[in-house]
Amino acid sequence: MRLTQRSGQRLVAGIPTLWLLVLFLIPFVIVFRISFSEVRLAIPPYTPLLSWHHGAPHLEVHWSAYSFLFTDQLYISSYLYSLKVAAVSTLCCLLIGYPMAYAIAHSGSAVRPVLLMLIVLPFWTSFLLRVYAWIGLLNNNGVINNVLLYLGVIHHPLALMQTDFAVYIGIVYSYLPFMILPLYANLEKHDVTLLEAAADLGARPWRAFWRITVPQSLPGIAAGCLLVFIPAVGEYVIPTLLGRTDQLMIGRVLSDEFFENRDWPVASAVAILMLLVLVVPIMWFQRLERRELEAAK
Amino acid sequence: MRSQGWFARGALVLGLVFLYVPIISMIVFSFNYSRLVTVWDSARSPSFRWYAALVHNQQILGAAWLSIRIALVSATAAVVLGTLAGMALTRFGRFRGRMLLAGMTTAPLVMPEVITGLSLLLLFVAMAQLVGWPRGVGAVTITLAHITFCMAYVTVVVQSRLAGFDEALEEAAMDLGARPLRVFLRITLPLILPAIASGWLLAFTLSWDDLVITQFVAGPGSSTLPMVIFSKVRFGVTPDVNALATIMVLVVATGIAISTVWMRHRQRRLERDMQLAAAANL
Amino acid sequence: MTANPMSAATPSASPDPAAYVRLARVTKKFGDFTAVDEVSLDIRRGEIFCLLGGSGSGKTTLLRMLAGFERPSAGSVYIDGVDMSAIPPYERPVNMMFQSYALFPHMSVEKNVAFGLEQEGLGRDAIRRQVGEILDIVKMGGYGARKPHQLSGGQRQRVALARALVKRPKLLLLDEPLAALDKKLREHTQFELLNIQQRLGVTFIVVTHDQEEAMTLGQRLGVMNHGKIVQVGTPSDIYESPASRFVADFIGSVNMFEGRVSEEGTGFVRIECGELGCAVRAERAVACGHGTTVWTAIRPEKINISRRPPAAGAAGAENAVRGTVREIAYMGDMSIYLVQIDSGKMLRVTLPNITRGGERPLAREEGVWLSWHGSSPVVLTE
Repeated sequence: MRLTQRSGQRLVAGIPTLWLLVLFLIPFVIVFRISFSEVRLAIPPYTPLLSWHHGAPHLEVHWSAYSFLFTDQLYISSYLYSLKVAAVSTLCCLLIGYPMAYAIAHSGSAVRPVLLMLIVLPFWTSFLLRVYAWIGLLNNNGVINNVLLYLGVIHHPLALMQTDFAVYIGIVYSYLPFMILPLYANLEKHDVTLLEAAADLGARPWRAFWRITVPQSLPGIAAGCLLVFIPAVGEYVIPTLLGRTDQLMIGRVLSDEFFENRDWPVASAVAILMLLVLVVPIMWFQRLERRELEAAK
Repeated sequence: MRSQGWFARGALVLGLVFLYVPIISMIVFSFNYSRLVTVWDSARSPSFRWYAALVHNQQILGAAWLSIRIALVSATAAVVLGTLAGMALTRFGRFRGRMLLAGMTTAPLVMPEVITGLSLLLLFVAMAQLVGWPRGVGAVTITLAHITFCMAYVTVVVQSRLAGFDEALEEAAMDLGARPLRVFLRITLPLILPAIASGWLLAFTLSWDDLVITQFVAGPGSSTLPMVIFSKVRFGVTPDVNALATIMVLVVATGIAISTVWMRHRQRRLERDMQLAAAANL
Repeated sequence: MTANPMSAATPSASPDPAAYVRLARVTKKFGDFTAVDEVSLDIRRGEIFCLLGGSGSGKTTLLRMLAGFERPSAGSVYIDGVDMSAIPPYERPVNMMFQSYALFPHMSVEKNVAFGLEQEGLGRDAIRRQVGEILDIVKMGGYGARKPHQLSGGQRQRVALARALVKRPKLLLLDEPLAALDKKLREHTQFELLNIQQRLGVTFIVVTHDQEEAMTLGQRLGVMNHGKIVQVGTPSDIYESPASRFVADFIGSVNMFEGRVSEEGTGFVRIECGELGCAVRAERAVACGHGTTVWTAIRPEKINISRRPPAAGAAGAENAVRGTVREIAYMGDMSIYLVQIDSGKMLRVTLPNITRGGERPLAREEGVWLSWHGSSPVVLTE
């Protein structure tokens, strides 16, 4: 039997759709479901959502996980702290990444591939190891303190590790390429004659930059910021290795609830609330991606 | 333009310094003899002591081997699934479920890993309860999880290549009598091969590198390399990890340098050919 | 040659028995947008038919339906009497030359041309022989081993043509075949295309937005607008006897005046034109009643320009108006004059520059007389 074009297309679209349905979408439904259960000492360690009482199905909905999140100060403050850290880091990435992307976009065609390679190269090396490298730099007896002591700038080592500063450094360092690449992709497409026209009409360079370049690069800015902000909110490795021990980020809280406390319903509720916060930025990101692809067509 | 130029160039240099100082310091200290990672023992350094230790560390070698196997399988499967998804999204016009597929392929790009990891583990637990498979977590569940988030990246790479692709090429092949499958194999596939290759490499790297999702879906006896490294560095610096990092950076840097040089060479040849053709107009 | 240009609104009552390609009330909708609107058209075996229209007129969609890349929303496409509606492009006896040429960049010229033959499962030797023959016909014999990016624009065009012709299709579709070439090369290629078409006896359907290309290539033209074919005819039919204001304005330039029929005689009508400030006598039988609103169209080259009024009794004496030259554009082979007539309306007149610096040329702001023969104006009712 020969495959008709239509059934062939259905197969091509169906396989990845099915895969993602089972391994991406349905898992969220399960998380959602378990967030309405209670912990119990069993395998699995939560109460079932549907139970049978005298032959009739009985829906058991427990709000305890959620009420727990709102009564214990730990969770709310972790959420707010995570949002703050993600926002500040995103802003820092933008402030550092924009001029870098701009410089690459305006560099000569001979050095441009080299510069891009230099930006992308750390991204290809292990994320974990790059965060780890900062431990060696920021430690009390680390490189930075040693250099500053040697130069006589300070007389006692600075406490750099396990601070907000260390987390910012770690996030900015790890996510900078995610900011630079979409910005570069956007800036590189700009028409140089627009700036020439602005100059011809009497705009000074900085003014032309603010009035012409920045507004045109807004989609790139948005894409870069979302690519940094959304994953940074749930960041786990960086705060665990570099961050404070008295104030946890929400990703760490989720992981601890799950692995240390074995409280699956609360871990699920933490995840669901995090998703609720992030759903708008995620949808925004999807819209940007779609537009980008349509523009490429 | 000039003032911005200087400012931006300065920022670029500083930014690159920022990106490379930690890596370089890691490489330098991998040759340090001292166990105190950040104190340079000038008497006995440089030394290959930690590299030697690495070669004899069965735990690290075993984890690396497991990671390589998982990454090979995940990247290959992700490339197949991602290419199918990319084809469907760029070539089939509007079909039922298109929005769903498009959404499910972009969301994993930004989804915090703790959420993905937790949800996948809960899925595997629920599946084990319902259908009795998978029995316990381990290499298989890690691979399934890796395929899922890697395929999202491959889809994006393949999709953007397909979107910038002259569809008339495929139509021309069809017009000349080639059936859709043959059009894909003879025309589309060869032309998106570079994107597929870079998608594969990207997927391999992501799988090789992943810690958070893996921690959720791994079981006892299935520790990948990032998991071993994490458990070692969580409580401070260990010098053999510096050696390991150096090896990994060198492998990646060599690979990227070679591919950049090769691509530039190809680009130059292409440009020269086109100039010659234009000069010999008719 | 048909004397009466047929329009899409009234499809020819008796189908042309010689029709090789037939479109029967073909409609194509994309969502709410109707790209092609109930088009009926017959194309004869061996002819060169040009579909001419602006962007968005539906000409490319029509071509893509013939090739099989789009399915009609309604109506049918017949090729050689066979309904093609359900037949995919790879099973149609039709080949297409794409506007972008769509040469496979990863294959050599030879491989590109051989691709179609390979799909038929021909033997290696037969393929090599046929590829060689067709490359010789398009004068690309020595270029078989080159890759497309090693070719100039004109060479690519020839390879694309060879690739489309190598399967000896009965019908070749050409999408803007000359658009990517520069002006000099275009003229040369145009004649070569005609040459090859005659040699191989293929039916050509050419889509173009360039009227010059359509006029020189096409034996018959179909002018498209808003998804409909508004007129079909030979190039001279369409130029000299446009069926509507759209066609008159789209092909070449034209002076157009609104007026009212004031007298109907045998073989002529008299039209009262307020814009012209006089009556126009047109020697054309038009089915229109007394008092109806019509438009008179006169081509710029059909208007005489002179310093003195035409003598009574001379040709064109009846249709004469006075005016003042406002602008002159010297084009080399001819000059364009913009003349403002006494009613205030601006007229465009072209005169060939026959002699070299002969008589004293007309100057700006000079008073002149414009006149035309009674057969020159075209009377349009829509």
